[in-house]
Amino acid sequence: MKRGILDELRAARAEKRSVLLVTELPSGAQRVLGYDAAEALGGPLRDAALAALRRDQATVHGEGEGRLFLQPQQPPLRLLCVGAVHIAQPLVRLAEVLGFEVVVVDPRAAWAKAARFPTGVTLVDEWPDDALEELAPDHRSAVVALTHDPKLDDPALEVALASPAFYVGALGSKKTHAARVGRLREAGVEDAALARIAGPIGLSIGARSPAEIAVAILAEVVKALRQGFTPRALPASESAP
Amino acid sequence: MTDEAVLPAFGAVEEDVLGAAARWRDEGAGVALATVVRTWGSSPRPAGSRLVIRDDGTFLGSVSGGCIEGAVVQEALTVIAEGPAKMLEFGVSNERAWEVGLACGGRVEVFVERVG
Repeated sequence: MKRGILDELRAARAEKRSVLLVTELPSGAQRVLGYDAAEALGGPLRDAALAALRRDQATVHGEGEGRLFLQPQQPPLRLLCVGAVHIAQPLVRLAEVLGFEVVVVDPRAAWAKAARFPTGVTLVDEWPDDALEELAPDHRSAVVALTHDPKLDDPALEVALASPAFYVGALGSKKTHAARVGRLREAGVEDAALARIAGPIGLSIGARSPAEIAVAILAEVVKALRQGFTPRALPASESAP
Repeated sequence: MTDEAVLPAFGAVEEDVLGAAARWRDEGAGVALATVVRTWGSSPRPAGSRLVIRDDGTFLGSVSGGCIEGAVVQEALTVIAEGPAKMLEFGVSNERAWEVGLACGGRVEVFVERVG
């Protein structure tokens, strides 16, 4: 690997750009392509390059001498947590182990301070919708609303649903979620967007403690990342209490 | 194995590998990069996994669950000394694989290149 290629890969990582490293085998000749350059490739190589980028999966294209190793490098995964609540504590620690950059948003200064978070976690004490607008969730971002407080969760969800975030979840029972869906619908959010909310949040594994609920949430986040998110059935309409 | 206390988040390993490659080159050391290119059967690390090797034998990252790292490091030292890139294959069909211990029954192809 030439130093120029190494520096290009590191710059892309630092600037959070998706790139594809193409290595000719067995010679080792290399180039780095962005999405646009991959789009501009011809024939089956174009399809293979785009698939490698979309699935974040390295693959060999072709056979024998001159075959190409396609190695995607995606920006870091991010977990944007709304609410510095109890569940957020195990959640951010487990998310860090999974390789996520973690941001916790909570305008209630006392909550963000009271909760102890690892040093790598960014704490933002702005209103969730302002904070999320600024954080601009992308296709490598998961957003979870954990406060149980409609004043905080609802505006955050509206911003998240308008973004390409690969996962949007909201803590709360079926009843709470039905009321939430009712409110968001009234606020003008389309049903297709509402079905993107994982609510009740997480895979159903009978989780009880905050740490177990964090595992359920992250298991569903990983599933959405690797297999895509299956839209949830919307709760039967019910007027907000 | 990397000391657990400094083990970075799994998703961040890649960055550390490339960062270490650059840092070690800046220090004037010879450096090689080993990358899993293809796997068959059960294999602990997916294609794209990387191991960076410094000419004093220090390494960071992984290309298996620790089964073949020793052999890959040895080959990498040769690549650092001699130049041309190499394709390595480990698996049940390879006598050497048993010696180095890829006992999981998987097969893995690793590309080793010098970092310029």
